[in-house]
Amino acid sequence: MTGSLALIWPVVTAAFLASLVEAVEALTIVLAVATVRGLRPAGLGAIAGLGALALIVVALGPLLDRVPLHLLQLVIGVLLLLFGMRWLRKAILRSAGVIPLHDEATAFAAETAELREQARRNEARLDWIGGVTTFKAVLLEGLEVVFIVIALGSGRGMLVPASVGAVAACLLVAAVGLIVHRPLARVPENTLKFAVGIMLSAFGVFWTGEGLGVDWPGADLAIVGFAAMFLAVSGAAVVLARHPKAEAVS
Amino acid sequence: MTVLTNALRELAGLFVDDGALALMIIAVVVLTGVVATLLPEVPLVAGGILLLGCLTALLSSVARANRR
Repeated sequence: MTGSLALIWPVVTAAFLASLVEAVEALTIVLAVATVRGLRPAGLGAIAGLGALALIVVALGPLLDRVPLHLLQLVIGVLLLLFGMRWLRKAILRSAGVIPLHDEATAFAAETAELREQARRNEARLDWIGGVTTFKAVLLEGLEVVFIVIALGSGRGMLVPASVGAVAACLLVAAVGLIVHRPLARVPENTLKFAVGIMLSAFGVFWTGEGLGVDWPGADLAIVGFAAMFLAVSGAAVVLARHPKAEAVS
Repeated sequence: MTVLTNALRELAGLFVDDGALALMIIAVVVLTGVVATLLPEVPLVAGGILLLGCLTALLSSVARANRR
C-alpha cells in the first residue's frame, strides 16, 4: 500500500493538530503534579505512561496488517466518525457559548487543588498518587494520539506521515512545556478541536464509505469536499446555536 | 475490577459523549450498508445517505444540546 500524494498533507496536518490538543492536555496534568509534588513523581509517571503506550503499540500494531482492508476501513471510519463528530459537536457548542470553553489554566488549578486535597488526607502516599495521575494522563491522552495516527494512517498506508505529524506535535508541546514550565493556556484549543473535528469527520465519512464499497467521485480529493461541507454545516450550527454570552468568549 | 471498569469507561468516553449522537451515527452507517448492499450498481446513493445522514445527526445533536 502506498500513500496518495494528495492525502499526505491533510493526514500530517490532522495528526499534528489533534496530537497538539492531546499533548497540551497531558502536559497540564504533568505540570500540576510537578508543581505540587516535584518533578520526580511527575516524570516517572509520565515515563511509565509512555512505556505502557509503547508496549500497546508494539503488541497491537502488527495485528493491523492481518485485518482485511475493507473491514479495517469500515471499523476505522466508524470510530473516526464517533471520535471526530464528538469533538466537532463539543467545539460547536463551545463556540456558540452553550457550554464553557476549556481553559488549561482552570484545568491546571483544579488538578493542583485536587492533589493538595489528597496531600492533606494522605501525605505519605502522595508521590504514588502523583505518579499514577501522570501515568494515567499520559496513557489516556497518548491512546487518543495512537488512535488518531492509526485512524488517519492505516487506510491508505500513511502510518509514517501520520506518526511524523503526531510525534512533531508531542515533541513541540514537551519542549515548550519544559521552557515555559506552565500550562499552555494560550493554545486556541477550541479552534484546533473545531478544525480537527472537521478533518476527522471528513476522513470518517470517506473511510466508512470505502469500507462499504462506495466509489467516491474524485477518489481521495472527495475528503476535501466532505471537509468543506462539515465546515459549512458546523459554521451554520454555531450561528444558529449562538447564545448572547458567546460574543464575549469568542 | 474498579480500575478496569474505570479504564474501559474512559476508553468508551473517547468515542461516545452524547449517546444519542453515537446511536444516530451507527444507524446512518447501518442504513448506508443496507442501501450499498441492495443497490450496488449506484453506490453514490449510499454515499449520499452516509454524508447527509452524518451532517443531519450533527445538527440535531447540537440543536438538542442547545434546547437543554
